[in-house]
Amino acid sequence: MNNFEYAPAPESAALVDIKSEYGLFINGKFVAPKSGKTFTSINPATEEVLAKIAYAELADVNLAVTAARNAFTKTWSKMPGAERGKYLFRIARILQERSREFAVLETLDNGKPIRETRDTDIPLAAAHFFYHAGWADKLSYAGQGNNPKPYGVAAQIIPWNFPMLMLAWKIAPALATGNTVVLKPAETTPLTALLFAEVCQQAGLPAGVVNIITGDGTTGSHLVNHPGVDKVAFTGSTGVGKAIAKAIAGTKKSATLELGGKGANIVFEDAPIDEAVEGIVNGIFFNQGHVCCAGSRLLVQENIQDELLEKLKNRISLIRVGNPMDKNTDLGAINSSAQLARIKELADSGDIEGAMRWSPNCILPKSGFWYPPTIFTGVSQSHRIAREEIFGPVLSVLTFRTPAEAIEKANNSPYGLSAGIWSDKGSRILWTAERLRAGVIWANTFNKFDPASPFGGYKESGWGREGGRHGLAGYLKGDN
Amino acid sequence: MNSTLLADKSEASLKRFLNTLSPVDQVGATARVEALATRSIKTESKNWAIDLAIRMVDLTTLEGADTPMKVRALCAKGVYPDPTDLTVPSVGAICVYNDMVKIARTALDAGGGKNIPVAAVATAFPSGRASIEVKIQDTKDAITNGASEIDMVIDRGAFLSGKLGLVFDQIALIKELCGDKAHLKVILETGELVTLDNVRKASYLAMLAGADFIKTSTGKVAPAATAPVVYVMLEAVRDFYKMTGTRIGVKPAGGIRNTKDAIKQLVLVNEVAGPEWLDPALFRIGASALLNDLLMQRMKMRDGYYASPNYVTLD
Repeated sequence: MNNFEYAPAPESAALVDIKSEYGLFINGKFVAPKSGKTFTSINPATEEVLAKIAYAELADVNLAVTAARNAFTKTWSKMPGAERGKYLFRIARILQERSREFAVLETLDNGKPIRETRDTDIPLAAAHFFYHAGWADKLSYAGQGNNPKPYGVAAQIIPWNFPMLMLAWKIAPALATGNTVVLKPAETTPLTALLFAEVCQQAGLPAGVVNIITGDGTTGSHLVNHPGVDKVAFTGSTGVGKAIAKAIAGTKKSATLELGGKGANIVFEDAPIDEAVEGIVNGIFFNQGHVCCAGSRLLVQENIQDELLEKLKNRISLIRVGNPMDKNTDLGAINSSAQLARIKELADSGDIEGAMRWSPNCILPKSGFWYPPTIFTGVSQSHRIAREEIFGPVLSVLTFRTPAEAIEKANNSPYGLSAGIWSDKGSRILWTAERLRAGVIWANTFNKFDPASPFGGYKESGWGREGGRHGLAGYLKGDN
Repeated sequence: MNSTLLADKSEASLKRFLNTLSPVDQVGATARVEALATRSIKTESKNWAIDLAIRMVDLTTLEGADTPMKVRALCAKGVYPDPTDLTVPSVGAICVYNDMVKIARTALDAGGGKNIPVAAVATAFPSGRASIEVKIQDTKDAITNGASEIDMVIDRGAFLSGKLGLVFDQIALIKELCGDKAHLKVILETGELVTLDNVRKASYLAMLAGADFIKTSTGKVAPAATAPVVYVMLEAVRDFYKMTGTRIGVKPAGGIRNTKDAIKQLVLVNEVAGPEWLDPALFRIGASALLNDLLMQRMKMRDGYYASPNYVTLD
């Protein structure tokens, strides 16, 4: 060996015990679906089948919603907040204790690198339970009046990009505020939610407070349309979000929606260039770019474009693509063949519309779903890759000449979820942030999350906020 | 002096150049080194890294209590770090005070270490608070006595008060004295410069003035070679190479005491400056305790278990 090739450093898959078949978690127990139908969840890095998963139909959804309703009226809504908080603290601690198991399972089911599940997804999921545990007995200070009330049964549908973290974002505030839950994880990534069901049993959570049903979009539609549901919380695509908004229009149901994004990452000429490069990489290649708040549009001031792009390309060349279980992997597998096809189609439109594609030399594994880190330069505001959410490791680079032009371009999108500002000048950061129409704005950093910080979008990026005091509003009815 | 980047030797043109450097964001730089610190170096990579780290050690004693016997012992250890296993490479250099240079050189020559350079700390180490005449004499002494590497300190007081020209001129003068007889390592004492912006400016200042190496610290001030500081210096040598075609070396010193920390340094070198810097000619680690931990880990990799510390020699 004449240079520093890192030897394989794989995490052990044996840390987690994956069952061959999983039922639906309804009323505190795993039960078989009424129809007996199942589907499979695969490891997207190898295409190996991980487990058979129960497919929930309307009859199963009815059972789950009924269980949640009973738990709400008989137990959970009557329990003092401090008691609810104890369960949340217990769940948080169990997540920490079993964090390695969760990290491995998440990586196997989702394809994201173990470094991210170990250092980001699972610790943040536990942090969300800790944070909301503290709120459970302090809800009169949540800004929703002196005696705010839970809605009742929350139908929660989460995406495949951060399965466990999105579960925590949904379940922790719902339980802290006294709601009960029917949660449907994504079809391609149900396993950590089912392991979480075991955690609920381990924590002695009263039966029916958390129900987890697995299935596809049809299952989700049954759940959203169920008359026994009081509140819908959804994270996923803007298309599905619009369909949900239509479905619940005219009903008593309230909704929070976390939808798509096309985040602008704005780099001014006075930015700390090396750290901006790190932030750009983190903004678009974190989690293979499967991030609704990804910084997928780089807006760079034209006079520093060459220097920035040279450094960016050098940095991207260092990204280690491959086995997600290897502790040194930076970019893992694309979650599904369908998503891979979507990324390819959109990226190819970049070629067709005249943008310039660049990827480093990297050898992609033979099996599984993979896409190399890719940047497009010479992108115009009218190109599809500048407007549509790619949800993959593909960055569109645009330039601007003046701060005002940067704002115009950044805001010229139906989305408004996230944005990044890179400048060494505090006044410019504040000036820019005031004018950006985005729910989350990072200054000299990107993709940083904290349970105390509200997250959500403007425009077609969603309704409501999750996390922080603002996030509680989505689960409480005020008394004023 | 590198004339391609500076209009002339004036302080004004130096400041003009340093003002073109991009600022460093402390939070971002720290986050990056923390991410790189999670690299998992195993099996053959670890073996390779341990041997490289041994070859990069500037085995150092810089105590008021240093004696000829202490320095001779250090030299013997540097040539054959593990006398029971001659596949263990020799260290990169022996680093001592000025008055111990001749003793070290003689001991190395007599003990099979003719190829191991002696590095001398100079220019009123560690504070740098002396007249230029003293600094010149200090350097001349070291070179006359056989030092082939000079670890000079910069005048931090001058740097912090904005007298960048003075710092520059002193480095250039010492570089001239070194000529082709000695390599010049310039110690920035980053613990006293405090900010990463200062570290970046001082790195460029030293490189422009003729440093062959930029070195973090004397080891007498805490904090010494922190990872963000080394990160910024590695970026500086990488970008300086792009500008000039000249590769400058980096030497962290102080605080790197075990194999894990040393391997983290090598990961930084690999992923920030690039694999070309994974060479004792371009990266050294100033240390004393580190060597024995490297030897312990090497034995562990070879034998599969940790041996008693009694199996490695004290010095």
